[in-house]
Amino acid sequence: MELENDNPNIYKKINDRVILPEEEDDDVIDEFDSREIFDLIRSINDPEHPLTLEELHVVENSLITVDNCNSIVKVLYTPTIPQCSMATLIGLSIRVKLLRCLPPRFKVNVEINPGTHASENSVNKQLADKERVAAALENTHLIKVINQCITSKGL
Amino acid sequence: MGKLELRETLSKHVGRVWNVAWHPKGDAFASCGEDKTIRIWAKEGNKWINKIVLADGHKRTIRSVAWSPCGNYLASASFDATTAVWDKKSGEFECNATLEGHENEVKSVAWSNSGSLLATCSRDKSVWVWEVAEEDEYECAAVLNAHTQDVKKVIWHPHCDLLASASYDNTIKLFKEDPTDKDWISVATLASHESTVWSIAFDKTGTRLASCSDDTTVKIWKEYRPNNPEGIPTSDNESTWKCVSTVSGLHTRTVYDISWCHLTGLIATACGDDTIRILQEDNDSDPNAPNFSCVSSTERSHSQDVNAVAWNPVISGLLASCSDDGNIKLWNYME
Repeated sequence: MELENDNPNIYKKINDRVILPEEEDDDVIDEFDSREIFDLIRSINDPEHPLTLEELHVVENSLITVDNCNSIVKVLYTPTIPQCSMATLIGLSIRVKLLRCLPPRFKVNVEINPGTHASENSVNKQLADKERVAAALENTHLIKVINQCITSKGL
Repeated sequence: MGKLELRETLSKHVGRVWNVAWHPKGDAFASCGEDKTIRIWAKEGNKWINKIVLADGHKRTIRSVAWSPCGNYLASASFDATTAVWDKKSGEFECNATLEGHENEVKSVAWSNSGSLLATCSRDKSVWVWEVAEEDEYECAAVLNAHTQDVKKVIWHPHCDLLASASYDNTIKLFKEDPTDKDWISVATLASHESTVWSIAFDKTGTRLASCSDDTTVKIWKEYRPNNPEGIPTSDNESTWKCVSTVSGLHTRTVYDISWCHLTGLIATACGDDTIRILQEDNDSDPNAPNFSCVSSTERSHSQDVNAVAWNPVISGLLASCSDDGNIKLWNYME
């Protein structure tokens, strides 16, 4: 198979989160923050490279916002090239990962970082349509591919 | 301000409940969802009981259900690309007809007021009209390819054989049979929404239509017949449907469903922000620029997205809703 982007930029991973003593205290309520969401999605694999979305700068901590009051998580992601045909699949993988990991009260918006993809509006619309996402997740071939993407290696 | 009073919470489905539909007599309703079952509920004493489970009709999610106007048939639309028609002729509910032809997920199904026509729509962008022929026989009368994207919802006019469809292409289209050659044709395109139109509902006169969308607005459309006194232009001797009112700034996320009560005139909306809202037309409203006010807003009516709302056709003020949280709720609207 020919690679769409055969020479992607690879970035250094950020350090693991330092766990503070108060975070281990069960009596302290700690709300979800962007770093926690980032940790859930940073190790998702790119569909065509043996690299994680973090290493390709597809996901970044600074492009994640969490509104705990209203239970809204918003993730912006940056496809490696503006014509990337995997953009929908990558967005879907992020969505599925968060759907499985977060409590059901959360509304998850996954969108392309504005200006980084040729058809960002149509990709965003498709990812936001929960009926089409539900139908896609009933597709056995597609769910297999997504599961491969979201299974972290080396853990 | 009115108030929605919760009467009952029904939790039998596993996973997301997509749709609820009242039986025309108002004493029963059907629900369907992700768990591939249809459940029929009826009242026993003071409680609503799940009387029947239809579990073997579809291989994938059941997206919507609809009762025939006579109440003897139930149609179900599924992501498995088929529509099933169920009846109780043998004494028990059985699937006696399966309508095939759509290329992929069937999103919605609706019976015409006469009961002689059935419409289905699909992600394959088409709307199909089926004629109820002989016993358990359904003939495809038209395949309508007017939409350019996934079609989300079909409904029939409350009195005549006018069909309306709503789509991911942001438009609503109206179809009817051309009497000269019996061909089904698109007679109007209602364009104003800025994103997917998820659902539509006629008022009881059939001269107005309400629509709801991913753009978080609700719109009211009014029919202007040829030679209307307001002077709204029409073409080809067909009515013009004009957007006469937009309710914006109220819903904070996608509005998935809308139900216009034919008894009270109240509009209920199901929203992705977990809220059920009730809209009422102002008393002194101008018919050509009506104003609809929100008279009730029930936050966290469900713990997740509300997928459907349906007013009972007989009991005034009784509303059913269903949600991604797996629950069905019954509410009573109090003025």
